[in-house]
Amino acid sequence: MMLALILFLIFFPLLVAGIVALVRKASLYPVVVYPASIILMVGTLGLLWHGAKAMPSFFPAHASWVEPAILIIEGFIAVYLLFLAFKRKDFAVICFLLIQSALVLAFHVGPGKDVHATANLFLDQFSVLMGLIVGVIGGFIAMYAVGYMQDFHHHHPEVKDQRPLFFSLIFIFLSAMFGFCFSNNLFWMFFFWEITTVCSFLLIRYKLDETSVANAFWALRWNLLGGLFFLAGIIYLYLNTHVAQMDKMLLLPKMAILLPVAFLSFAGMTKSAQLPFSSWLVGAMVAPTPVSALLHSSTMVKAGVYLVLRFASVLQGTMVGNMVALIGGVTFLIGSFVCISQNDAKKVLAYSTIANLGLIILCAGVGTPEAVWAGMLLIVFHAISKGLLFLCVGSVEHQTGSRQIEDMSGLVVRMPKVAVMIMIGIAGMFLAPFGMLISKWIVLRAVIQSNPLLSIFLIFGSAATLFFWVKWLGKLIMVERDYKPNETGVVKAQWFVLGSLAVLTVLICAFFSPVAGFLIEPYIAGIFHQVVSLGAGNMVIVSIMLSMVCMFPLTFLDYGKGVKVVDPYLGGANAGQKNFQFLGALRDVKDMEMKNYYFEEFFGEGRLMRLGVMISILLVIALIVIGAF
Amino acid sequence: MSLFTAILYVVLAPLAGGLIAGLDRKITARMQGRIGPPILQPFYDVSKLLMKENLVVRRSQNMFMVFFVIMSIFTGALFFAGGDLLLVIFSLTLAGVFFVLGGYKASSPYSFIGAQREMLQMMSYEPAIIMVAVGLFMVTGSFQVKDIIAYPKPVIYDLPGIFLAFLFILPIKFRKSPFDLATSHHAHQELVKGITTEFSARTLALIEIAHWYEYVFVLGVGYLFFASNVLVGLLMTFLIFELLLVVDNATARVRWQWMLTGAWGIAFLAGGANIIYLMMRGHL
Repeated sequence: MMLALILFLIFFPLLVAGIVALVRKASLYPVVVYPASIILMVGTLGLLWHGAKAMPSFFPAHASWVEPAILIIEGFIAVYLLFLAFKRKDFAVICFLLIQSALVLAFHVGPGKDVHATANLFLDQFSVLMGLIVGVIGGFIAMYAVGYMQDFHHHHPEVKDQRPLFFSLIFIFLSAMFGFCFSNNLFWMFFFWEITTVCSFLLIRYKLDETSVANAFWALRWNLLGGLFFLAGIIYLYLNTHVAQMDKMLLLPKMAILLPVAFLSFAGMTKSAQLPFSSWLVGAMVAPTPVSALLHSSTMVKAGVYLVLRFASVLQGTMVGNMVALIGGVTFLIGSFVCISQNDAKKVLAYSTIANLGLIILCAGVGTPEAVWAGMLLIVFHAISKGLLFLCVGSVEHQTGSRQIEDMSGLVVRMPKVAVMIMIGIAGMFLAPFGMLISKWIVLRAVIQSNPLLSIFLIFGSAATLFFWVKWLGKLIMVERDYKPNETGVVKAQWFVLGSLAVLTVLICAFFSPVAGFLIEPYIAGIFHQVVSLGAGNMVIVSIMLSMVCMFPLTFLDYGKGVKVVDPYLGGANAGQKNFQFLGALRDVKDMEMKNYYFEEFFGEGRLMRLGVMISILLVIALIVIGAF
Repeated sequence: MSLFTAILYVVLAPLAGGLIAGLDRKITARMQGRIGPPILQPFYDVSKLLMKENLVVRRSQNMFMVFFVIMSIFTGALFFAGGDLLLVIFSLTLAGVFFVLGGYKASSPYSFIGAQREMLQMMSYEPAIIMVAVGLFMVTGSFQVKDIIAYPKPVIYDLPGIFLAFLFILPIKFRKSPFDLATSHHAHQELVKGITTEFSARTLALIEIAHWYEYVFVLGVGYLFFASNVLVGLLMTFLIFELLLVVDNATARVRWQWMLTGAWGIAFLAGGANIIYLMMRGHL
């Protein structure tokens, strides 16, 4: 029964992709996408029916047509991408594609002729967790995208309307993500991995202008490199051990699989935009917002950290693991610092995504049960909060025309509901007792117990995150001009999505303990044979804090009683009343202007990223070299 | 330690904190060759504030400050109940965020600059204070304040670097020179009153009381370094307080760049070296 559900989740989106590719009338997109998304979400929730005790379950899922089909599809993709790369004269991409194709062909014709797995598909708590994220958050984002793309093409008539392709790709991508999460066969995992790379490439370049195409190729380049290492790793593994499936791989002695694991970690780190590969994610922000939300924050980049976390038990206590953790730590630190100097909201979200993924990679590299627990929680919290934030920013951009934080002044008056949801998202990202902070707390504890020096990255990175989130939060609530509310651009379906994600953010913070108990802790117990949990006393404290914070909205019931409203103090030079203006030196009337600090000199993107790239290249080289020896 | 000590804190800390504030002014005055106000002056000030008219720029601005107070009290209560030090620190951060957001909400230039500077201050002291938790864990094996207090040996000998980093950021928490950038009694040449410019009457009184709670809490954290001997602990806490006053009177306000690089630099070097030392000694 579960196998049927898995196959449904993989093939149903493909069916939807096929149908939506044929739709020509804009009014029909909701008709196809909305029900499809709901069905997908319901199907995903069906995974929970399986019951944690029964997992992990393995399914042979043999079918003779699969392997040839995979090779044919991989071939088509390679040819298509080579064609595009030749047109663009992108020699790095051409080179990676040729090497990859050569490896695939040589392997499958030669030593890998009979490569097979006893169980191709499987279900365990971690893959269910990922499946839930892909299905639920992916479903929401797909629904949101309908209204967003409608607006997008209305605002950008110069961009070719390729919405059938767009939605097709979204569903193909979801299918590939499900395939990736439920695959036990390493070569199937590689196939689905590459599909996500291609989807990302095609979606980033959607607008087909020079910047988008250039950024798409940049993303393709680094993801292909990661894919190459993935392939090399699993081929090496098979040649040495005749193992082609993940569960058997994890049973092998550590020393035998360190090199493949190092290579797979490298692949994971490219997919999750760790330093030195972070720039592709930042560049990918040119894509329409649903793409940024779905691929580049909530799901595709999670595939990378998911892969590395899978091998956390192998990485634990090894030098390879240390390198992985260091790379994650450096990425977290630099990413958090750069956020401070960014005014573009999508860039802030991009760098903060990179930083949080770095944190998860750090957990994977540390590899202790507590660290993996923290990493898995981080995945959940981040996917929900960040998805919400990206979608909100998309709505703000469409309504106000800007996604600069400095232009979001007074948003709480101009777009109250969206502003509140952004606040929930931001709170979810860093504020106690919300999820991300709880995760960082666990990470700190895990790290101190195994490698205290890594805590330095956490300590300084966390301090930085405080600054840029509160800055943004403050901008939303300050009202230095007479703003008028106008949220008319958001359609009903989008309100449903945004509202649901906001509610989900709060709920997951309130109920993360049962979620952890149902999905995360059994997984950890299975892999490490150890029990990890937060402690009842601390849970009580966290619940108290959450309830107190949730009481804050209640204060608006007593709004403005017993106070006298006056104008702000402007040095006694107020020009008139209630108009936020003051008299300048020559008695000219000036508007009040208040802009946040950005500290370009300290936290500028260029300088910090160059530094980060240099350090991380060294660490990556160390990772590969150590893995090889 | 327990709920009882937490309740004691909630009830007694404002009295203690107010007295500390009063003593602060008296001793400072004597250092400067003045007579100074009576020690109970802070209480007189607060009660006068409560009688004043509450002026606001935005109707919801006071609510942020109310939550600042609530969370500040919660922070101290959790600490004095013997709870998890990391959770205490995060609660402190949450309280600080409400304070900053109140400054933003006031939508006025002086409170805005105060809010920016307050964020800088929080960012500056955060590494040092988390290192305090990390260091105490590495020595005592627990994050729980009640375990740290019960630890038989004085932890200061193992944590000199972290203690130094902590001392450095104390003026930030007490809003004293050289780090009284965001809102203090003396920065009025630059900021009028910084964050609290647009707050008045009972809200301002609440903020003052929140600061009293904070004084007791921060001094409590300082006590942890000497907790193995109660008398020594109390004495050292008092000496720390005196040191703060001396530094306040001897220094001028610095620019935020100094504060940030100083606090982070010392936390990184002294705190980092301390952590390395503890690792080498095999404390974990």
